[in-house]
Amino acid sequence: MITDSPKIITSRFGYADSYTLARYEATGGYQALRKALTMTPTSVVDEVKAASLLGRGGAGFPAGVKWGFCPPGVWPRYLVVNGDESEPGTYKDRMLMELDPHQLIEGILLACYAVGCGQAFLYVRGEMALAQERIASALNDAYAAGYVGRNIGGSDYSVDIVLTWGAGAYIVGEETALIESLEGNRGMPRLKPPFFPAAKGLYLQPTIVNNVETLANLPWIVNNGADAFTALGAESSKGTRMFAVSGHVKQPGVFEVEYGVTTFRDLIYAPVYAGGIKGDHQLKAFIPGGASAPWFYEEHLDLPLEKATIDKAGSMLGSGAIVVMDETTDAVKACLRVVRFFARESCGKCTPCREGTNWLERILQRILDGYGRPSDLALLMDVSDNISPGIAWPPKQTTICPLGPSAVSPIASAIDRFRPEFEAHIAKAMQSRVAVPTIASGTVKPRAAVDV
Amino acid sequence: MARLTPENLTIAAEIIGRYPVKKSALIPLLHLAQEQDGYVTNEAMAHIGELVGVTSAEVLGTCSFYEMFKLHPVGKYVVNVCTNISCQLVGGEELLHHAEKTLGIKSGNTTPDGLFTIEDVECIAACTEAPCLQVNYRYRHRITHGEFDQMVDDLRNGRLDDEVPAHGTLARVRQTIPVDRRAGAVSPDDDREPGWLHANEAPAATDPASGDAS
Repeated sequence: MITDSPKIITSRFGYADSYTLARYEATGGYQALRKALTMTPTSVVDEVKAASLLGRGGAGFPAGVKWGFCPPGVWPRYLVVNGDESEPGTYKDRMLMELDPHQLIEGILLACYAVGCGQAFLYVRGEMALAQERIASALNDAYAAGYVGRNIGGSDYSVDIVLTWGAGAYIVGEETALIESLEGNRGMPRLKPPFFPAAKGLYLQPTIVNNVETLANLPWIVNNGADAFTALGAESSKGTRMFAVSGHVKQPGVFEVEYGVTTFRDLIYAPVYAGGIKGDHQLKAFIPGGASAPWFYEEHLDLPLEKATIDKAGSMLGSGAIVVMDETTDAVKACLRVVRFFARESCGKCTPCREGTNWLERILQRILDGYGRPSDLALLMDVSDNISPGIAWPPKQTTICPLGPSAVSPIASAIDRFRPEFEAHIAKAMQSRVAVPTIASGTVKPRAAVDV
Repeated sequence: MARLTPENLTIAAEIIGRYPVKKSALIPLLHLAQEQDGYVTNEAMAHIGELVGVTSAEVLGTCSFYEMFKLHPVGKYVVNVCTNISCQLVGGEELLHHAEKTLGIKSGNTTPDGLFTIEDVECIAACTEAPCLQVNYRYRHRITHGEFDQMVDDLRNGRLDDEVPAHGTLARVRQTIPVDRRAGAVSPDDDREPGWLHANEAPAATDPASGDAS
């Protein structure tokens, strides 16, 4: 269903100067902060809890509940903003940071006020130079205007927001790896438990790690109230959400739509969104929530973009990235490309992922190159099973973080659905394979018999 | 000129001061060193180690984990072509091959004149603008082979100097926290409750028995 729900987080995207303080203030900016400063921090938390705002990073955990996991009476607390967007297909946090940095800053200020965080760290992906520039300018302006820093708005509320940026590592998007990176270390995830960030995070203090899009929702929620937010969306998915539709579609783009009621068919085919498959080809498959998600097909098109429904159907909305493949796509090639990504980005901490993802890549590469063996499909599944026992959804893991199991998703999907394509590649390889010549088989002539 | 210059040392001191623990400044300082020299030199890593109080081996340990840090000189322009799934579906690999042909080098290498390095990179978050690439982390969207050649020509002739700084420079705007506006870094040992946590609460009832218990 296509609804004309209000734009909650992309409302300023149409302005050429959307990223400036002047535009932000002229369009209701920093009103939520003013309002919050007249409220108790507890009531701000309650408002966000009542809004049932799900985290927009990938796991989809309710933000208000996450805030509540900080052990009472343990200080200081920190806020870490995850702007390390790098899931293949995903393209929303960068837009929010480049086009509306003040909205994010206000969201950070609201979160720190509510939870009592003494300092905030805004971690932006290293490759996003423009986002870094826009946020640096916005922060400098916000400091000068008295919105950030000491005694905000003349109150007792003081907090610094420190802009910091990464240096190229997908795994740093995982919250404990992000914390390691912020501490100046290699970005390798920590074991949970005991290192749940809310209990033992940055410098082993209680730390809230929130995604950029999640925080960008807060000003609207505080301004308009939780009821207005929950009036939008479906039972388990409230408000609106940004989805990026890319691949073989006519009008690839990033769209903010009502969460939980809009369907994949709407997003992929509606003229106001992606406008259908390029060249009016047929749909072969689509990735519903970033490279880590199991693939969906024609029969899933009418599912609403709702967390619970998609989880039940065997995949996830993840980071809101929809990648569309038409019937001309080679499933083996697409599968290899996604697996290769995880092999390259494995941090190397856990053996099943470090070794397994690389073997998966090598096996898929040889199948594609024409050197596949009939036993390779079973071998792929065996290696996958060692990374993610049972190859089920939601995945189990023999690793500390979900990166390894993410490499299993495309393999399980592609082999399950497109097995004949894999077999065809392998059969072709077997046909072109030449038997090793031996004298007994008659394929090698005795030297004397060679004509000269 | 491989240790940090006096000007960069001033910037480094300000960056270090923002963090509760000095080592947290490591990645920002490595970016600063790379901005200064185009890549991260051994001398810079040793200097950074001195500044944040860790060994140069620890600095290398962190530095070598992150792909953006180059331990050897690279081209003035690093061309990162995305070949991940969304780009692959609409010609990312063909674009990479075209780039290799145009510049006469394989991905991972630098042209003999030291101007261009090509990298085959993972998703750079411009999937709806595929196929895409970055030159020194500045985007080029839906780029055709002809546009690629034009871009190379423009870069060679300095026509994009305003838009694309030499490799090493990321954001050209730095965060600066004015001294009089600074809230200050919060040490993990500072276990005081934040002062605003009970802001706007109703004053406690004078007689607890008369409080509203319903």
